[in-house]
Amino acid sequence: MSRRLVWRKFVNVAMFGLSGLAAVVTVSVLFFILGYLFWHGASALSWSFFTRLPKPVGEAGGGMANAIVGSAKLLLLAIATGLPVGFLGGVYLAEFGGRTISFFVRYTVDLLNGVPSIVMGIFAYTVVVLPMRHFSALAGGLALGIMMIPIAVRSTEEFLRTVPTSIREAGLALGASKWRTVATVVIPAALRGILTGVMLNLDRVAGETAPLLFTAFRNRFWGRGWNQPIASAPVMCFTYAISPYDDWHRQAWAAALVLLLLVLAANMTARLVLARKLSIHQV
Amino acid sequence: MGAASNMALKDTPVMGTSPGGPTSKPAAIVPKLTVSNLNFYYGKHQVLFGINLNIPSDRITALIGPSGCGKSTFLRTLNRMYETVAHARAEGHIELDGEDLMSLDVVQVRRRVGMVFQKSNPFPKSIFDNVAFGLRVNGFRGKAALQEAVERSLRRAALWDEVKDKLHKSAYALSGGQQQRLCIARALAVDPEVLLLDEPCSALDPIATAKIEELLFGLKKQCTIVIVTHNMQQAARVADVTGFFLLGRLIEFNKTEILFKTPTRKETEDYITGRFG
Repeated sequence: MSRRLVWRKFVNVAMFGLSGLAAVVTVSVLFFILGYLFWHGASALSWSFFTRLPKPVGEAGGGMANAIVGSAKLLLLAIATGLPVGFLGGVYLAEFGGRTISFFVRYTVDLLNGVPSIVMGIFAYTVVVLPMRHFSALAGGLALGIMMIPIAVRSTEEFLRTVPTSIREAGLALGASKWRTVATVVIPAALRGILTGVMLNLDRVAGETAPLLFTAFRNRFWGRGWNQPIASAPVMCFTYAISPYDDWHRQAWAAALVLLLLVLAANMTARLVLARKLSIHQV
Repeated sequence: MGAASNMALKDTPVMGTSPGGPTSKPAAIVPKLTVSNLNFYYGKHQVLFGINLNIPSDRITALIGPSGCGKSTFLRTLNRMYETVAHARAEGHIELDGEDLMSLDVVQVRRRVGMVFQKSNPFPKSIFDNVAFGLRVNGFRGKAALQEAVERSLRRAALWDEVKDKLHKSAYALSGGQQQRLCIARALAVDPEVLLLDEPCSALDPIATAKIEELLFGLKKQCTIVIVTHNMQQAARVADVTGFFLLGRLIEFNKTEILFKTPTRKETEDYITGRFG
């Protein structure tokens, strides 16, 4: 009896220890990556890193201004193409869809979410790059935009579902049409959550490299407009990292560090906003 | 007032609006809503059976009965809110001022027949925007006119003095009773001809309940009120006429005093004396 008790206590402690260890590992992976990036990349960070174009091999200095601006442009395009579709799709699922159609749409969206990002790149390559016969920011933005759709659909739907049905009924009972109720009552009530979803969604695609490799391609200069190949932080990081030059390696580390910090900052902002939303709901 | 006996109907199906009851007095009240032979189904499950009744104009009509007897479902047919539920189906005839309710535009119906729900459901907007919502939806324009209309509605709901200094604060900051009166003000803003209330006081304390009952008394001069309630004392206090529902059937419908003091049906008597339900 007492041996059994000892065994049970041992199992309890062991499992507590293992699960705690797993938690520590999870946390330390992030801090390890962050520390490693700082260690290698911080030395290459300087003002000119953010303001200058890359220098040719062999010349010291230079920066990644074009890649940072390029990433921003690609994300803008992604928002412009993917977000309206994802958002309205989510509205449809939460507010208008019948059971069968919704099931089908939801299932498709989940499958789309599972499609490897490189395949998204191939898709954009086929529908934009091939007909236009050249790489372009447009193609890259479209690839990222499509990647945003599944999460935009599902997060919009989830947040709209948190709005109580009683509020929809109140709108309808006042003689508002369904769409009017959704647009002026339900969506505003869920807006904070939906925006948080958008932020997290952006975080995810901001670091995508594969879909850009043969859509936006790369550019050592400012790619003007939307119709030229364009540099982006992740692709720049990739190109520099596989190059044989020490100086480029340092810059690749720095690019990775900047990318990670931006994503972390966006993520934290989103979480703060979300926390405020929850506290408002509890009033 | 001379509540005409044409609503003292129980099983007699009353067709049309003829006040030709045996003892109809001169001051016969015009029915606002005439319900004839109403059956209601959720899918294959029938929840209302052959309901016939006339809801008198500018009076308070209470609907009582045990849980699940169909009184709330019945209420939701009167502004066609049941249509938001999939597979819900109503058969029969409902007339609003002699017009066929089912063939009217649903948005029009809901503008004319307002509704207050069991749980107060203000929008997550300011107090002002809550009341102004229905007005804006119905194309009401002009800032000054809007402000005036919002104030008038809040006054009618006896809420103005409590909120006049915080019109642009969130409606969620109000107490439960205030929120429910805000919902009443919101419904009143569009000047409905009929106001449906679905157990509006079930979540409120006695003081807040008393305020709402008082408010209903004042309102019945301006519109027809139909209130569903679990609380028989409440029905006895506020209603001019009362209907008793049981298992999807309207068992008895009469002047409140008569229904409570000398019910003609045994089921009614059993219910109001607390033998079941």
